[in-house]
Amino acid sequence: MTCLHLLLTLVFAVSLGTPVEIQRPRGVPLTKKQFYEEGKPFTCLDGSRTIPFDRVNDDYCDCKDGSDEPGTAACPNGSFHCTNAGYRPMFIPSSRINDGICDCCDTTDEYNSGAKCENTCKELGRKEREVLQKMAEITKEGFLLKQQLIEEAKKGREEKQGKVTDMQENKKQLEEKVEALRTVKEAAEQPEKEAKERHLKAWEEQKAAIRLEKDKAKMAEAFLELDDNSDGFVSVSELQSHAELDPDADGTLTETEVQGLMGGAAQVDTSTFESVWTNIKDKYHSEVSRKEPEEPAPVETPPDEVKEPAVDNDSEPYPEDDISEEDDEDEDDKDDYHEDDDKVRVNIEKELSFDFGPDAEFTYMYSQCYELSTSEYIYRLCPFNRALWGREKNRPENNKYLVMKYEHGTGCWQGPNRSTTVKLTCGKETVVTSTSEPSRCEYLMEFTTPAVCQEPANTEPSPHGHEEL
Amino acid sequence: MAASCDSLLPLVLLLCLSAQAVDRSNFKTCDQSAFCKRQRELKPGQSPYRALLDTLELSNSRLSLQLINDNNKVRLLLELYRLQGNMTRVKINELKPLKPRYEVPDVLLSDPITEALSVVAQDENSLVVSLGGKDQRLILSAQPFRLDIVEGSQVVMSLNSRGLLAFEHLRTRKDTKSESEQAPGQENVEQQTDEDGQIKEDDDKPGMWEETFKSHTDSKPNGPTSISLDFSLPGVEHVYGIPEHADTLKLKNTDGSDPYRLYNLDVFQYELHNPMALYGAVPVLISHSTDRTMGIFWLNAAETWVDISSNTAGKTMFGKILDFVQVSSEAPQTDVRWMSESGIIDVFIMLGPKPADVFTQYASLTGTQSFPPLSALAYHQCRWNYNDQEDVKTVDQGFDEHDIPYDFIWLDIEHADGKRYFTWDPSKFPQPKEMLQGLMDKRRKLVAIVDPHIKVDSGYKIHNEIRSKNFYVKNKDGGDYEGWCWPGNAGYPDFTNPEMRTWWASQFAYDQYEGSMENQYIWNDMNEPSVFNGPEVTMHKDALHGVWEHRDVHNLYGLYVQKATADGLIQRSEGVQRPFVLTRAFFAGSQRYGAVWTGDNAAEWGHLKISIPMCLSLGLVGISFCGADVGGFFKHPSAELLVRWYQAGAYQPFFRAHAHIDTPRREPWLFGPENTALIREAIRQRYALLPYWYQLFYNAHRTGQPVMRPLWVEYPDDFATFSIEDEYLIGKDLLVHPVTDEGATGVTAYLPGKGEVWYDVHTFQKHDGDQSLYIPVTMSSIPVFQRGGSIICRKDRVRRSSSCMENDPYTLYVALGSQGSAEGELYIDDFHTFSFEEAKQFVHRRLSFSANTLSSRNLAPDSQFSTASWIEKIVIFGGSQPSSATLKSADGTESALEFEFDSTLAVLTLRKPGVNAAADWTIVLR
Repeated sequence: MTCLHLLLTLVFAVSLGTPVEIQRPRGVPLTKKQFYEEGKPFTCLDGSRTIPFDRVNDDYCDCKDGSDEPGTAACPNGSFHCTNAGYRPMFIPSSRINDGICDCCDTTDEYNSGAKCENTCKELGRKEREVLQKMAEITKEGFLLKQQLIEEAKKGREEKQGKVTDMQENKKQLEEKVEALRTVKEAAEQPEKEAKERHLKAWEEQKAAIRLEKDKAKMAEAFLELDDNSDGFVSVSELQSHAELDPDADGTLTETEVQGLMGGAAQVDTSTFESVWTNIKDKYHSEVSRKEPEEPAPVETPPDEVKEPAVDNDSEPYPEDDISEEDDEDEDDKDDYHEDDDKVRVNIEKELSFDFGPDAEFTYMYSQCYELSTSEYIYRLCPFNRALWGREKNRPENNKYLVMKYEHGTGCWQGPNRSTTVKLTCGKETVVTSTSEPSRCEYLMEFTTPAVCQEPANTEPSPHGHEEL
Repeated sequence: MAASCDSLLPLVLLLCLSAQAVDRSNFKTCDQSAFCKRQRELKPGQSPYRALLDTLELSNSRLSLQLINDNNKVRLLLELYRLQGNMTRVKINELKPLKPRYEVPDVLLSDPITEALSVVAQDENSLVVSLGGKDQRLILSAQPFRLDIVEGSQVVMSLNSRGLLAFEHLRTRKDTKSESEQAPGQENVEQQTDEDGQIKEDDDKPGMWEETFKSHTDSKPNGPTSISLDFSLPGVEHVYGIPEHADTLKLKNTDGSDPYRLYNLDVFQYELHNPMALYGAVPVLISHSTDRTMGIFWLNAAETWVDISSNTAGKTMFGKILDFVQVSSEAPQTDVRWMSESGIIDVFIMLGPKPADVFTQYASLTGTQSFPPLSALAYHQCRWNYNDQEDVKTVDQGFDEHDIPYDFIWLDIEHADGKRYFTWDPSKFPQPKEMLQGLMDKRRKLVAIVDPHIKVDSGYKIHNEIRSKNFYVKNKDGGDYEGWCWPGNAGYPDFTNPEMRTWWASQFAYDQYEGSMENQYIWNDMNEPSVFNGPEVTMHKDALHGVWEHRDVHNLYGLYVQKATADGLIQRSEGVQRPFVLTRAFFAGSQRYGAVWTGDNAAEWGHLKISIPMCLSLGLVGISFCGADVGGFFKHPSAELLVRWYQAGAYQPFFRAHAHIDTPRREPWLFGPENTALIREAIRQRYALLPYWYQLFYNAHRTGQPVMRPLWVEYPDDFATFSIEDEYLIGKDLLVHPVTDEGATGVTAYLPGKGEVWYDVHTFQKHDGDQSLYIPVTMSSIPVFQRGGSIICRKDRVRRSSSCMENDPYTLYVALGSQGSAEGELYIDDFHTFSFEEAKQFVHRRLSFSANTLSSRNLAPDSQFSTASWIEKIVIFGGSQPSSATLKSADGTESALEFEFDSTLAVLTLRKPGVNAAADWTIVLR
């Protein structure tokens, strides 16, 4: 047990058919061979001490840095080198030597454990070369597609910028005209002004009435939603399920807070709900507007576990979100009869303000959505609708376009607000390839797009496999 | 996991939303538990019970006589037994109950072996019974009835000395025609006659015939059935045990608060320092003073409350029969009162006198800790939930990528198909065998959860079989009892039925449990049982287990679940492999079936701290295999808390990280490289020490001595140790003082033992015993000390799982005591089968160092086992530099060993003795 084979004959480059024999102690990489000289005292690589050579690989740890036992598990911090001819050489922690588990594809780590390992290096090498080749092809084609995307984006951008300039110019001219005419007009229209003001007031009142009616309808809808047990009353507990109503925004909606919202009442009926509604309508989220999976959820899935498509931001109201405010304005705008050049211009300007990548190669994703159906849910990714480029720790800044983050989604019961990380990889097509939920309400999406394909290296990709020589 | 309610009925869900900590209103106080209230209203005073000495019957080992309650003339039968090993059993039941009262089966290993009793004196009001050796007598006073156990001239324990014996006899309901309408508390006093003479019924009190808590009504068809008895412990100030409570090691005085409650409950987000009941119950109390250690085992499985109060001896101590007994009126005294809702009084008084004697005595009654497979003592990685096979694979690889060892990965309820246990979710775990094989290839294992609530679903084989075999617990009207739990509507198999248990065990056979393999083990959760919509989140007390009410068997249910499951794992391997089953609910005797954990704790410093006294309390009453969820189940731990918890957990018997489904992921490598390194180091320390843990569990299995021990167990005369709960001993040789405070820069550890020495296991620094030592700490510090005089064997080659280390060599750490000697043990077997027991295939050696000679000799000459392991290194602390070290092998050959000596720390390292670990050898230093 204590006397182990000291030296190992390594046969190299089997795949090349030109055997070369090099003797060195087990587990030593070629690069360190010169430190292990047969028959000469061995000095620990950290220089801490010198031992007779027969204590190298004698299954007892003499060096603090573990360098005297490259081929045994004796040192806690040692490492073992496997050549893995035909594949990739690697180091494994020496604790994996003779532990009964095959780690090195050339089986050299299990020389005394009884583990039945097979040499799989050739097979692994072949597979890896295939994968690398495929990836190279994808990268090549993807990079070409990317060039097209950049070109299209450039054109589109120029067009839009032109449009904005035109519109700004137009507007300026119009405003000047308006200004010039107004003096004339004001004088002429003075008699009509009073009548018009009356008319305007009536119009405002009518608008208010319409708004009130809408609000009432919303309120009625909300009441029915809130009344979970359909007993005709909304109770404290029923209201409490709407965490977004939390007045102090500390993340928890306490019973006391709910009672405050309800004016101290334990429950309210449809008539008394009006006063409660006033308190909550600004924050209240309808449950109906959440997008349900198209396939019915499995029957046993508890209601709170029904996942909403995490990144489907276009239909989901978000608390304290500027877009939901814009929605309100939209409604007002529809009531008015203003021609809306401004709005178009603002939208274009907004689009132009996005970071679509260094060469605007992500532009084509704007206002697009990508879906992935799994057995349980449909996931929908709409990039640039609330997306932030990821700021992953330990990543160089120029890689920031490989991760998108969506944060501050709707809250999960007893969990965080929903958030999604999207990892982008090079691909010919723009598709969501997988989704997962590693933590509750924290989703991970894998997304391929030509936009992240890097220019292939000038030389043909040389498959690995022989680089250890 | 607890009834955290996220898949409950919407109503329950809303109730739980506001719960930041335990919702106390979900659980009864003594006042809300009708029998506890009635019992507690009874104050100490003259007992109405009188012993009828003329009914005395004495056989060789059994003494019986009748007691009569002079108020209502109800007669009880008292039985006394002297049991082998310095124990006395006292049984009190109704002489002629209307129907049989429940006596707890299956907890005692067998009928305890009795010893002869003899009456040594008797007068008109008393009886003196010799309890055998040591001048021990039991004095029975007739009026008022009381029992005093005396040794020499010392009273060691008195029963009913405060007159709190109360036995609610079974009775017929007065107005049987309109039971449901009768208001409780009616003043009718009815006279009833039977052959014994006049029995005067007690006045009805509220809750005797029906009891309502929240929206639940307990129909109580048997009426009041509760029992109570008091025990006085003169000279005692410290009592321990009666787990499970999230409370201090030393039990508190309960005057002015609720009594400690024993009623297995699924408590959502439990509070600390509180006598509320938790998931398990062991009705064993241990008392300790410098004079004597004793135990009281109250064998009753019904809801039980325990009052503890301190008193001064003399106030209630003396009947005149005891005039000859000396007692100082200054002496402290602790009074204990047990109250149970039904059953009989069956109490085992364990008279010690040393802590180890009490453990031996209790083990002789209920058995010892099951001997787990070695891997179960290693590190367990759990989470609610690892989502799918891919997730399991990724986490498994994560451990290898970060070079962190682990043995078990766990799957919580989401792995099953719609919470139908014994099945796999077809989309998340489509190929369970492939997953298990992948783990097996890494020499690792998996635990899958199997809870005792069974989804009511006619498409579910398990449910259909249980229903067709009529194995479900029944409701009071005779139909199958149904309650709400994880799967929705669920039935609860009647685990008290041995046929049901046999069937359940058969379901773990590989051909029954599809997708299971030999490296899959089982976790029983929710076995209190948890019933989300039941009273106190458990089963209705009037549910029926055959002829018995759930009321009678409640605390026993969880034990049966684990027993049946462990039996199943043994049977699937045809009796070869040791099982590993974790349970949340437990009772006296549960130690025989596996491990327990402290349930659904939280990621808070207080919860980390309390894990120590909670596991110490369990160890004192036989359950050594205890742990707390590392990191805390609820909430999200800071990196500091998580690291400290790993450091503490690495030195507790059951070492498993676990997390709630709503918490962010917390695998060890998710908190930055520095914290990953700290966690890796803590886990590696655990793996290196596995030989010591394994030997201690073997010892616990053989002798019943706890693995994790309060200091007072080893230092029973050192008063300073009696309340210590922030440090403890592993076996007797390692003292651990984990860091459990946020931002700690130091801990103060008490090192016991006058004249003893302790060695810091990390720095080898030597410290004197009998002192409080301030130890500065950094984030990497885990203060651990090895006792001078001990030898501990480690495997310092830590690999990715314990199985990978099975043939690795040992390093001996010899810590010399102040006399220059040391002793230790080494135990080796195949680490996972019953061969150690059935074929004596093991190595058990005594290692001893004295007079500069270290030797290994066989402790079990009739055992046989060959191991590939050898001795790679010997490290001796506290010695001097020798000029030579000579190894003498069994065949007489001698060889010189190389050595190094560190003179600043006085550490001698002997290089590579190389002898086989099973061999005889001697090393002489000169």
